[in-house]
Amino acid sequence: MKQSCSILSTYTADVSGVCSALYEMGGMTVMHDASGCNSTYNTHDEPRWYDMPSMVFISALAEVDALMGDDEKAIDDISRAALELRPRFVAIAGTPIPMMMGTDFRAMARLVEERTGIPSFGFATNGMNSYDQGAGMALAAVAERFCPPELKAGKPAAGGRPAINLLGVTPLDFSIGGNAGALRKIFEEKGFRVVSCWAMGSPWEELMKAGEANVNLVVSSSGAPLAKALRKKYGVPFVTGLPVGRKASDDLFRLLEEAAADGENKMPEPPSSGEDGKLFVVGEPVQSAAIARALELDYAMEGVRLLSPQIFPDEEAVFAALSGARTVVADPLYRPALPRGCRFVPLPHEGYSGRIYRKDIPIFIGESFNDWIERELEL
Amino acid sequence: MIDLHNPDWSGASVRIAEADFESPYEYGLEYGSPARGLWNIVHTGMLLPESHQIFVCAQGCLRGVVLTAAEMGAQERFSTVAVCENNVLDGDMEALIIDGVTDVLNRLPKKPRAVLVFTSCIHHFMGCDLDYVYAQLRGRFPDIYFTDCYMNPIMRKTKTPPDPMMRMRLYSFLEAGEPRDESCLNIIGNNYPTELSSDFMRMLRGAGLETRDITRCGSFDDYRLMARSRANIVYMPAALPAARDLKERLGQDYIYIPLSYDYGEIEKNIAALAAYLEIPAIDAAALRSEAEGALSMASRLLRDTPVVLDYTATPRPLGLAELLLEHGFNVRSVYADAFIAEERPAFERLRAKYPSLELCATVHPKMGLLPRAAARERKEKIVAIGQKAAYFCDTEYFVNMLEGGGRWGFDAITHIAEELCDAFINEKDTKGIIQIKGWGCCC
Repeated sequence: MKQSCSILSTYTADVSGVCSALYEMGGMTVMHDASGCNSTYNTHDEPRWYDMPSMVFISALAEVDALMGDDEKAIDDISRAALELRPRFVAIAGTPIPMMMGTDFRAMARLVEERTGIPSFGFATNGMNSYDQGAGMALAAVAERFCPPELKAGKPAAGGRPAINLLGVTPLDFSIGGNAGALRKIFEEKGFRVVSCWAMGSPWEELMKAGEANVNLVVSSSGAPLAKALRKKYGVPFVTGLPVGRKASDDLFRLLEEAAADGENKMPEPPSSGEDGKLFVVGEPVQSAAIARALELDYAMEGVRLLSPQIFPDEEAVFAALSGARTVVADPLYRPALPRGCRFVPLPHEGYSGRIYRKDIPIFIGESFNDWIERELEL
Repeated sequence: MIDLHNPDWSGASVRIAEADFESPYEYGLEYGSPARGLWNIVHTGMLLPESHQIFVCAQGCLRGVVLTAAEMGAQERFSTVAVCENNVLDGDMEALIIDGVTDVLNRLPKKPRAVLVFTSCIHHFMGCDLDYVYAQLRGRFPDIYFTDCYMNPIMRKTKTPPDPMMRMRLYSFLEAGEPRDESCLNIIGNNYPTELSSDFMRMLRGAGLETRDITRCGSFDDYRLMARSRANIVYMPAALPAARDLKERLGQDYIYIPLSYDYGEIEKNIAALAAYLEIPAIDAAALRSEAEGALSMASRLLRDTPVVLDYTATPRPLGLAELLLEHGFNVRSVYADAFIAEERPAFERLRAKYPSLELCATVHPKMGLLPRAAARERKEKIVAIGQKAAYFCDTEYFVNMLEGGGRWGFDAITHIAEELCDAFINEKDTKGIIQIKGWGCCC
């Protein structure tokens, strides 16, 4: 894989994923970093930053501390701030230089917890992996540590649908323009009880009731580790998918009922991508698969292909993959990779282009997807 | 959770009477406000015409700079090489940079005149052989000028922080050359062009002297002509390393006339520049009178309205606070995390005469929670100078000025007074304005 990009952008990193996932939980998240990670996160990755306060800080790591391998200063600063601000928990996330220093984040967290009495986590992120890894480990850690193990799911009422948790909802994949709300709404309208949404719009108390759900729904790759953690803790199965389009959404509702009934994890049929397909959906894997499936089921578009260069986009590979495309659904910053004459359907992705096209992000949940895509493709 | 209704501001805020000039607050974890108007190294680098930037760093570090360029609509002038875990473990950093930069340049539709290669903290700690890297690149692309730039925020608290370093590297393509152009002077180290109405600009124009400034250069060749100018004028503290570097490398002398709000200092600097250039000094008394009139009018309009200001508006927030207090303004708070040494005289005078003036940090963790909560309960109108002050006080009445706004001398004072009047009368879209990165960067 080549590591150079002459024009394409980059997905946000694991450390921002940790901050984004924990943002609304009342904890204090510290990026162990000199500077830069905070302004990147606050500016490009966190649309809630202006209006919804949250305790996200940097450790302001200095050259001399890095050279001397002095973790004590950071531990002391974190402990002092935690004692003053009294967060629900402390999370410490790593960046490139602490990785080079060989920082032991779990040990740091343990020392902070000893000194403050506040539950603390250490996440060995390094700014070199994608945001879903950071968000995933953070969500799973919270559930493992805090969700009360004694909770049990009740049986759905006769004829009623199961109770669910929505796992992996962050602004990096859903922004703040209404998709997170639409997601909850569509399930409630279809008779599902939404116990909790990890982690947008659910107060802490709601998150702690996650064990009452009959089945979990993983709506982005960030939610997968959490689904496994909840399966381990409560034995609850999970389904991976997103309700996009008419028929694909109905399929997903059915799968949730089946999983709740038989206790098996499930996934919708993958799109029948073939090597000859000329229509590409580029983006987050769960979302892209759901869109591809909706295009197949609702519009009989066959051979829709997926491209999820989330780890790090190999620019040449992206250009090569899209070289034969006739239609591409992707974030606007992928536009330079399109071949001449290719039809482009812009679907901005906060985790890729940040805030630049935020106002243009459509509601893509349920039948709103159909309204949007029919408008875009003039169907 | 911290009690927002009975807040404890200790460590984040202090009356100037009790403040220590060197270290007014508690330092530790840092908060970042959403005010983003200050330029970063990408914005500053884009001032160089016909150049291309290539950043070599980890994904998380690339993200901020990639999107800075994208928000400017300048993706065509910007590329990246990602540093991955295996590069750190394998120690093949030199090859990564050389091959990555080569790959990028080979794929560009048109070769740039100059390339700014930004390495990061990782290279600093790994002892990457940058001399070898640049020698190889110059050998592969003999028609392209290369220079070394740095995105190493870990050096933020050293003697060579990233911002002054970037302002210095920006002039690294200038080479000593003859003939000297005795009728031209450079203004260096600024992100904003200096307004022609500024006192010393009027003086230079009156004497028939021209100025060159990278902010007004239309081409790489225009920029290269700066090497021939007679001397450099510097008035921003962060530009001093650039001036010293040019003096050492090119033998190009400089004069430092710091941005100031002290009448005596302004007059002294006007006289010093006139003497240095052997030209007649401008009539400072007339300019001073104009500034006095503007301040008087603004003071009468604002009356006892609280005024707050911050360090993003000017490198001398204490000097500006003193000027306003001396002219009857109700200056309540100054937001700044540290003060440059030039501010010490103003600090001492303020401490003696206005001991209740409040100093507030901007990065202390409490600043992420307390100021906006307090602002929600406050009913009074506040006028701010600077984006951070406007954010913390949650006011729509503010002067959107960064780094002095390209004005100098009594002209700067007159302008601030006029802007204060405008800010008092007209609301601004604070949220919309202050979140724009690199305000005024239209490269």
